[in-house]
Amino acid sequence: MSEGLTGVPLLTDQDERLTSDFLEGEERKLRDTWKYAEGFFGWCAETDHKRIGRRFVITAFVWFAMAGVLAALMRIQLSRPENTFLGPDLYNQIFTTHGTTMMFLFAVPVWLGLAIYMVPLQVGARSICFPRLVAYAYWMFLFGGIFLYTNFFLNTGPDVGWFSYPPLAGAEYGIGKRPDVWAQLITFSEVSSLATATAIVCTVLKLRTPGMSLNRIPLFVWSMLVVSAMIIFAMPAVMVSSTCLILDRLVSTHFFNQAEGGDPLLWQHLFWFFGHPEVYIIFLPALGALSEIISTFTGRPVVGYVSMILSLIATAFIGFGVWVHHMFATGLPQLGQSFFTAASIMIVAPTSVQIFNWIATVWTARRLRLTTPMLYALSFFFIFIIGGLTGVMLAAVPLDRQVHDTFFVVAHFHYVLIGGSVFPLLGAVTFWYPKLTGRLMSEGLGKLAYWLLFVGFNLTFFPMHLLGLAGMPRRVYTYPASMGWGGLNMLASLGAAVMALSLLIYLVNVVVSLRSGALAGNNPWGVATLDGATASPPPAYNFVPSPTVGSREPLWHSEISPPPVVGLSAAKREVLVTRVLDAEPDHRYEMPGPSIWPLVSAIATSVMFVWSIFNPWGVVWGSIPITAALVLWFWPKRGVPPARLAADAAAGHLTPREMVS
Amino acid sequence: MHIQSVLHPAGIEAALVSRLWWVMFWTCAVVWVAVAGAMLFAIRRGRTRVAPANERSVFRNVLVAAGISLVALVWLLFESVLTGRAQENVSTKDSLHIQVTGYQWWWDVQYENPVPSLQVTAANEIHIPVGRAVVVDLFAGDVIHSLWIPNLQGKIDLIPGRHNTLTLRADAPGIYRGQCAEYCGAQHAHMALVVVAEPAEQFERWLSANRAPAPAPVTPSQVRGKEVVERGPCAMCHNITGSLASARTAPDLTHIASRSTIGAATVPNTRGYLAGWILDPQHIKPGNRMPPTGLSDEELQAVLDYLETLK
Repeated sequence: MSEGLTGVPLLTDQDERLTSDFLEGEERKLRDTWKYAEGFFGWCAETDHKRIGRRFVITAFVWFAMAGVLAALMRIQLSRPENTFLGPDLYNQIFTTHGTTMMFLFAVPVWLGLAIYMVPLQVGARSICFPRLVAYAYWMFLFGGIFLYTNFFLNTGPDVGWFSYPPLAGAEYGIGKRPDVWAQLITFSEVSSLATATAIVCTVLKLRTPGMSLNRIPLFVWSMLVVSAMIIFAMPAVMVSSTCLILDRLVSTHFFNQAEGGDPLLWQHLFWFFGHPEVYIIFLPALGALSEIISTFTGRPVVGYVSMILSLIATAFIGFGVWVHHMFATGLPQLGQSFFTAASIMIVAPTSVQIFNWIATVWTARRLRLTTPMLYALSFFFIFIIGGLTGVMLAAVPLDRQVHDTFFVVAHFHYVLIGGSVFPLLGAVTFWYPKLTGRLMSEGLGKLAYWLLFVGFNLTFFPMHLLGLAGMPRRVYTYPASMGWGGLNMLASLGAAVMALSLLIYLVNVVVSLRSGALAGNNPWGVATLDGATASPPPAYNFVPSPTVGSREPLWHSEISPPPVVGLSAAKREVLVTRVLDAEPDHRYEMPGPSIWPLVSAIATSVMFVWSIFNPWGVVWGSIPITAALVLWFWPKRGVPPARLAADAAAGHLTPREMVS
Repeated sequence: MHIQSVLHPAGIEAALVSRLWWVMFWTCAVVWVAVAGAMLFAIRRGRTRVAPANERSVFRNVLVAAGISLVALVWLLFESVLTGRAQENVSTKDSLHIQVTGYQWWWDVQYENPVPSLQVTAANEIHIPVGRAVVVDLFAGDVIHSLWIPNLQGKIDLIPGRHNTLTLRADAPGIYRGQCAEYCGAQHAHMALVVVAEPAEQFERWLSANRAPAPAPVTPSQVRGKEVVERGPCAMCHNITGSLASARTAPDLTHIASRSTIGAATVPNTRGYLAGWILDPQHIKPGNRMPPTGLSDEELQAVLDYLETLK
């Protein structure tokens, strides 16, 4: 699909120092300074944001495939009443592992991975902030997933639901180590998400290229900034609660034991205080990606830029005030319920502003192109909106008490999460595939997979609304034939088969296009953001020369681009740190290079996490290797000589500072 | 069919919710058609080149649309709150009080009465009089469960250490089915119960019949059956008032023959299923708390003969 705005000029070179000779020399030096680490050791020590981001995305899709197979097994079991394909013990492990994987190992990390790749490119930076911390986050994410699936295959997979309510998950009723596996997986994935979120926040706030003031940040970057902030506020709640659960089970504390003064509802409050923002953590990145895709394929900026950002922020805020709508059946006081009903209904308002802005964008398109990514983006308006509307229904306490914990809710959140996040994700992967690989995915296969997914998805999940209204509860491994739920369940299972076929075609497209896809060039779709200003895939140093921006759509308005950044050393991994509001140059920072210590620290942390499931002393002894690894990781390097600082200051240069991580 | 359905209400509370459902359904249907239609129209318009629109007027339209959806949302909020209030206002004067305790994976049912000897204990089957409010006091014996009888009322959780109540009123006689709606472990799928709504005098007859202790066995086989129950493994967990079996950790069997199902509405209460259940309950409901009894064929037939007298 190279019919896009090809030939969009790179940012103009207006500075007389930017002769082609100078740039060639600069590029040679940069290539040398930023070169990827080589060999197996280098692979383990890699800290480049593009390599790490790619690993994140690929690993997340591997867990997605595993959880997808589990979903298929569930659909086989439920396709007929009183089926004996799976027993209750295995079925319960399967639905728990499916939900846990999708929430913690796929939906959040896959967007974080895309952000690790795309955000530094879109803000025109050479690197992400804290690249070693991001590498550490990747290893923790990888080890967490391996930990979960190892246990699943050893028949110690968690079986208490992805929400692990005590007392069922508590010391008395939780079987063996199964709930501990769940609780510790949470710790793995939260450590990873928190580290990544921190790096993204810092990258967006401090590494934006000069000229990219807050009101020129691309909408995907804005959404990732908001999401990262949400992660930082929401995830500690679930880390605290899962730690308390492990303590209850391991050293007989009584946080959730009502017999000793604890409270099972305390768990539910803590869990959903995280759990509902989690939904928006999964959903808001998709909104950002939708804005990029819709803007690109309508050939115009999204209508109402400021209202889009305010909507994102409003959603994030209200998202922290709706958690009790998961607990309407626990018998809370009426007044409290009314408050949370109102909040849950009102959270729709900011999203509706975004939806109308996108419709207006398509309405006033300069040049509408219905490419595969655009089809994925447009299906949001038909699928997600059904999920949003059933969400309004679920906010009503009387109705929620009827359909809560039934297949109606299963239908609702799959419409929200698949329609609101997976469809946009598959669109975003198609959209950014050329940036990651240098080649375009096949449009023919892409559209085939898209339409199959659209049909299969609705066939699978629409009947579930009716099943819930007909009385079928969730999380049941079978149901009596006399209930009459067999037909709709069979339909849903057939739909799941179509979905599986479509995702298989998508995978084939990804693999085949790696070799045979059309070459992409810098900017095959004609995006307005800075990622289109560099090669596909970008060189290790991302840009030469470092671009600056003079408008919100720098590649569409190259005539008003200010001169690029000059004066950073190409002999060191130097980046320009800018001010938060207006992105004016502030100082220079030297980014750290590849390091083996993030991997070593992650291994040490994993050992401690797994050990502490079995023995409380694992926390004590296990922290010694972690401490040693961190000490070596953060071993101080020689600072900038005072003489050079003084010389720089005298010459009016920006002050260089050392970056430790 | 429709014995466990949200959209076939048989009581006032469920009828109120059913009405709210249709209000929300039609509102949401209109919104969906409007938004999806607007998008389709926008795609058609976007594909034909027209003069660039005025950004300000475009954004004004966005604000108007957002304003309309805000009005719709506030309306739905009011509908929801008013329905909740109407449910609260259903009179509970002269109500019948039942206490339901959830266990993994069955329901213990107590008909409360200030006179202890007039209390009635049942399991997995609730009888209620038509047209009279019933207040169900809910407790949990182990983990969290949730009592849901969709034809009559929405669900409320049974939480250890907490006391919840569920108010319902059946307006039409019939047999309804309820099911646990909060995941509670291995056999969550088979934790159901039968609700029989019957005219007041029929209900009173049932209640007084259930106050009576088990009749004395008559035939030699029934006598032998009672002996096996009392001396065998059954009495370790079950209660049969009128026999020596008086344990409380499993469903009360005093009137088991009057119930339509066994195993918390897992299978019908027939001699064949009962025999299968007694011999190997783990085959019918894997993971449940009842171990295989290992009765001989003669003992089994005798126990079945005895249990069949427990009407």
